[in-house]
Amino acid sequence: MAAFGALDLRIPSDVAQIEPVVAEIVRRCAGHEFNHRQLALNLPVALTEALSNAILRGNGEDVAKSVRVRVSMRDGELTVEVEDEGLGFDLEACTVDPTLPENLENEEGRGLFLMRALMDRVEAYRADGNVVRLTLRCGGHAA
Amino acid sequence: MSLHVTRQGDTLIVDIEGQLIVSNRQELKQRVLDESESGARKIVIDFARTGYIDSAGLGVLVSLAKRLRELGGDIRLANMNDDLQTLFELTKLDTLFQISDTRERALESF
Repeated sequence: MAAFGALDLRIPSDVAQIEPVVAEIVRRCAGHEFNHRQLALNLPVALTEALSNAILRGNGEDVAKSVRVRVSMRDGELTVEVEDEGLGFDLEACTVDPTLPENLENEEGRGLFLMRALMDRVEAYRADGNVVRLTLRCGGHAA
Repeated sequence: MSLHVTRQGDTLIVDIEGQLIVSNRQELKQRVLDESESGARKIVIDFARTGYIDSAGLGVLVSLAKRLRELGGDIRLANMNDDLQTLFELTKLDTLFQISDTRERALESF
């Protein structure tokens, strides 16, 4: 198996940047032991949510602000850190359950829920900026 | 993403090729709203060539379904692969939409 190509890049706060970044991260994971669902669903959807959240909410789509994306793999665990220039948020307080009957027809509010449902672990913390860290184990997530 | 749209009377079939995500969802929304303004009421969204959908894409589908139902129409979804089906089950949106195995069954369901 090829060594995992770690990644550390900065992108402008433009949602058009999301799809190519996600494609590149999935491409780097494809040679490892992730299963089809992880590569086709868990990873691309959760990454899209994290990047979208950073660009739209963290940075308010201000193109003068950037999003840093760091990707690494260790002991069969992929870690993606998405850092924006916003003030951060309380992951628990901001996650709503979109499957509740009163929320089902809402147009928004599924992003954090999906990230957490599709990853093995999601954490949010403050460093130089606001960081969301996603962790996915090779072959480990059943959703 | 690219949209392939076929219209016959009040029936509209939309094939979504690629990803339906935050960066392109508005294109789908506007196209379907424009068609509904000119009388389309039975909308089939065909996912046979769709990759993944994010929360913004799901939100647009919910928004369009609400609008079509207000107009007396509806949206049917067709040709989802197992991954997309799982996404709809996770979010329980499979209870909000009628999902068919094929485009033909979706059309017959109106």
